[in-house]
Amino acid sequence: MNITTNGEAASIDPSTVQDYLISLGIDPLRVAVELNLDILPKAQYQTTLLKEGDSLEIVHFVGGGA
Amino acid sequence: MLENNDKLIIAGREFDSRLMVGTGKYADFHEMVRAIEVSGAQIITVAVRRVNISDRSKESLLDHIDLKKYTLLPNTAGCYTAEDAIRTCRLAREAGLSDFVKLEVLGDEKTLFPNNEELLKAAAVLVAEGFTVLPYTSDDPIVCKKLEDLGCAAVMPLGAPIGSGLGIRNPYNIRIILETVKVPVIVDAGVGTASDAAIAMELGCHGVLMNTAIAGAKDPVAMAEAMKLAVEAGRLAYRAGRIPMKLYANASSPLAGLIA
Repeated sequence: MNITTNGEAASIDPSTVQDYLISLGIDPLRVAVELNLDILPKAQYQTTLLKEGDSLEIVHFVGGGA
Repeated sequence: MLENNDKLIIAGREFDSRLMVGTGKYADFHEMVRAIEVSGAQIITVAVRRVNISDRSKESLLDHIDLKKYTLLPNTAGCYTAEDAIRTCRLAREAGLSDFVKLEVLGDEKTLFPNNEELLKAAAVLVAEGFTVLPYTSDDPIVCKKLEDLGCAAVMPLGAPIGSGLGIRNPYNIRIILETVKVPVIVDAGVGTASDAAIAMELGCHGVLMNTAIAGAKDPVAMAEAMKLAVEAGRLAYRAGRIPMKLYANASSPLAGLIA
């Protein structure tokens, strides 16, 4: 199925948000996820199934000052 | 005698250091870690950005930062609307599980001056959502008072444009802000060298936040130490109470007993 991750189209097998993050090599504890513009609480990563057309934003902390 | 319990208190949380530092612009993580350590800072700012999905080879900032030692202050750098800044703060809270945010809403790419109208809008929403909001703002006492009235935990007026190193361009405004608000006043942006940080603290500011002045120095670790000492010296001089300025001399040696 097709989703959008960080603005880019991605074709993935059906999975939970948790499994998708791990498949990308991302530590779920180190990121925040927005699913269709709503924050997805970490506690729901394992129970949330991605659907066709979903849009994900996956962010983390990087060096920055002002 | 001055008591030895001079703490910076933000939203009920106590900090021994009054210097806050950023984590951007360092040559590498090793240099960043050393500079932060030497600076003695306990609050460090970070930015929130998309994870690079296609290239996972790069190390992550949090691999290098001891979260038991430092309070992360995620910023909304690069946001030009209240909406984007609010969205970034919500993501930051989820990523870091802390309510502290450095709120900045920029008005212009050339100056990076704040868009105070959008800043006030964003601050109102974020305070209502339970964030501890530390807003980067102009050195404008009226805006600072509005931010305090909205429930911000501190105000962070700029000394000069971000990354400019021009120092505290309007110490009189900073003084008026200090008289106007009761929340901590933290000079954010503009510091170029140690004396700039000392001046901010001598004015009575509660803290100083900087990034480029340290990370952009020829020797960032040495500059981090200079900034630590400057903030401490400036604070101590403020607490000690400086002498009034006078136009004419006032001899330090007694006039009595002169040989001629």
